[in-house]
Amino acid sequence: MQFSRNPVTDTSIKLFLFTCVMGASVFFVMIPLYNVLCDALGINGKTSGVAYTAMTTEVDTGREIQVQFITQNNSDMPWEFDPSTTIVRVNPGALNDTYFIAKNITDQHMIGQAVPSVSPSRAAEYFHKTECFCFESQPLDANSSVEMPLRFIIDKDLPNDIKTVTLSYTLFDITER
Amino acid sequence: MGAHAEPSSGLSRWLYTTNHKDIGALYMWFSFAMFILGGAFAMVIRAELFQPGMQLIDPNFYNQMTTLHGLVMVFGAIMPAFVGLANWLIPVMIGAPDMALPRMNNLSFWLLPPTFLLLVSTLFMEGGAPGFGWTAYAPLSTTYAPPSVTFFIFAIHVMGASSIMGSINIIATIMNMRAPGMDYMKMPMFVWTWLITAFLLVAVMPVLAGAVTMMLMDIHFNTSFFSAAGGGDPVLYQHIFWFFGHPEVYIIILPAFGVISEIIPTFSRKPLFGYSSMVYATAAIAFMSFIVWAHHMYTVGMPIAGELFFMYATMLIAVPTGVKVFNWVTTMWRGSLSFETPMLFAIGFLVLFTIGGFSGLMLSIAPADFQYHDTYFVVAHFHYVMVAGAVFSITAGIYYWLPKMSGRMYNETMGKVHFWVSFVGFNITFFPQHFVGLAGMPRRVPDYALQFADFNMMSSIGAFIYGMSQVLFLYNVVATVVAGKLDNREKTWDGANGLEWTIPTPAPYHTFETPPKVVHNAVQ
Repeated sequence: MQFSRNPVTDTSIKLFLFTCVMGASVFFVMIPLYNVLCDALGINGKTSGVAYTAMTTEVDTGREIQVQFITQNNSDMPWEFDPSTTIVRVNPGALNDTYFIAKNITDQHMIGQAVPSVSPSRAAEYFHKTECFCFESQPLDANSSVEMPLRFIIDKDLPNDIKTVTLSYTLFDITER
Repeated sequence: MGAHAEPSSGLSRWLYTTNHKDIGALYMWFSFAMFILGGAFAMVIRAELFQPGMQLIDPNFYNQMTTLHGLVMVFGAIMPAFVGLANWLIPVMIGAPDMALPRMNNLSFWLLPPTFLLLVSTLFMEGGAPGFGWTAYAPLSTTYAPPSVTFFIFAIHVMGASSIMGSINIIATIMNMRAPGMDYMKMPMFVWTWLITAFLLVAVMPVLAGAVTMMLMDIHFNTSFFSAAGGGDPVLYQHIFWFFGHPEVYIIILPAFGVISEIIPTFSRKPLFGYSSMVYATAAIAFMSFIVWAHHMYTVGMPIAGELFFMYATMLIAVPTGVKVFNWVTTMWRGSLSFETPMLFAIGFLVLFTIGGFSGLMLSIAPADFQYHDTYFVVAHFHYVMVAGAVFSITAGIYYWLPKMSGRMYNETMGKVHFWVSFVGFNITFFPQHFVGLAGMPRRVPDYALQFADFNMMSSIGAFIYGMSQVLFLYNVVATVVAGKLDNREKTWDGANGLEWTIPTPAPYHTFETPPKVVHNAVQ
């Protein structure tokens, strides 16, 4: 391709366009690519951000997986945030229910957002959530509390060497100020 | 040439100049000023670390010092110094009358001083200067950043624009303005390394611009690129930054390879050994620099396959780098060596850069890096490649080409003293940092455990010695330019080859207005 009859101008235009492409690629290639890779490979313990549409799968009663729940608050998020149970033992393929409790102990209406992470990160892609409070933000009035449901399936293809899976939620304050 | 034949006088000469030698000189003087400024920041750091405990400055200011030291040295001192050498030398090395885009050349230099004024002015702002390190990791640089971070972002944007313009200019010059007969494989190594460096720059400076733009948007426009609460990911910042950052370290070192490849043959009185393998090795290093970025972030929790890929890819870079070191040593082998100041700095580069390369290999081992990560071992490693690598080679280059530029000879004794004081000071500063790093001293801390006290005191003393030796360098250069011994030999160095040694000394304002006939061959 030739943009100009002057070779210097031509080289310069091509290089300028190349820099524009590289700059744009940060926004339009790198970020989507990173997200796709993280989803596909379960990097960073990221679990899927959308609900898993449960198919009836057979339950693998042959083994039990220990699932631990951890919660933590990001920086100065003041809510109380706890799992209802900290450890459950589940069969791969079975549908399980649990819930988390959040309490807004301040005198203001606030909005929280829980962000999940699975450890070991290899297990992330086998941790399917059919329903999760983390899919949406959670508004909470002053001094009120809420039980937030989680419904999940551990995929029966979970590698055999993984006996324990830890699901960690970090609660962020996303109230508009 | 008519009206443009001679430089105008006074300040306007420098403000409006489109002459590649003027602009090259401006770049080099600016870079030396930044080197002094960044060095002053380093002196503050080393003074605080002279003894354990908090002595002189508060921790926040300490963090601002390390941040600004890194930014000023990388973007203000080393890069502009090489761009200055490129501006001055590339046209005379390839037989071109000037750079391809002289007005853009002027702009790309004159963007720099206001940019660094903007960056350094943050020191006097409320909340202080950025203190999140030159890497500016989110969320330190977004959620927890001082208000002055916006100035940092704009400074990065403008210096990026300046670098991109400079690189486009260099590529356009090399590709279009070579004298007849100056084939690509006859170009001097310095020109080759700069061609490749310039391609790296146009590829990754926009990536850095993108990363800081996302920071800007996260801070001011409520986006969540790097904020987990809004669905973003702070680790993404590290990936984008190091996708820029790793090629950036080769942007810093490849022109240094070029300078060394000019100097060693001259003082060995032999042609460069393995010219074409040098070219291919440089290209290979440049290509591989794009696929190793995550070795800066082994500890973020990558899958094992990722760790292994980045580990092996990183180790692979040692092969072309080893080719280069081998070629330099072989160039010296059975050469008729003499040890003038440029050669001393070049040999110093060779030895110390190789040490830095070895510690780099140690760091590339993913399982071992979990121990080394963010310790002084890393600090020692990158100062061996950046100071003993880039800065030594710039110093060597200045001594080497200064007689051609000024028509005057520098003081050889003072040059040699400068080398030895630098060499010893540098090693006293940074060699002990390997030990404290391996013993677990973290980087970017204003205070440390008592067990590291002795080595830190040594480091500080070495740093003061190294710092003082640069004053000698400044004095030597100024004294040479102002009142050095006149030396009008075309070839200052009897072993030198290349078109720049065929023009009169001092180099006239305009050279190669008619292209030379290239009989010289870079290989010979």
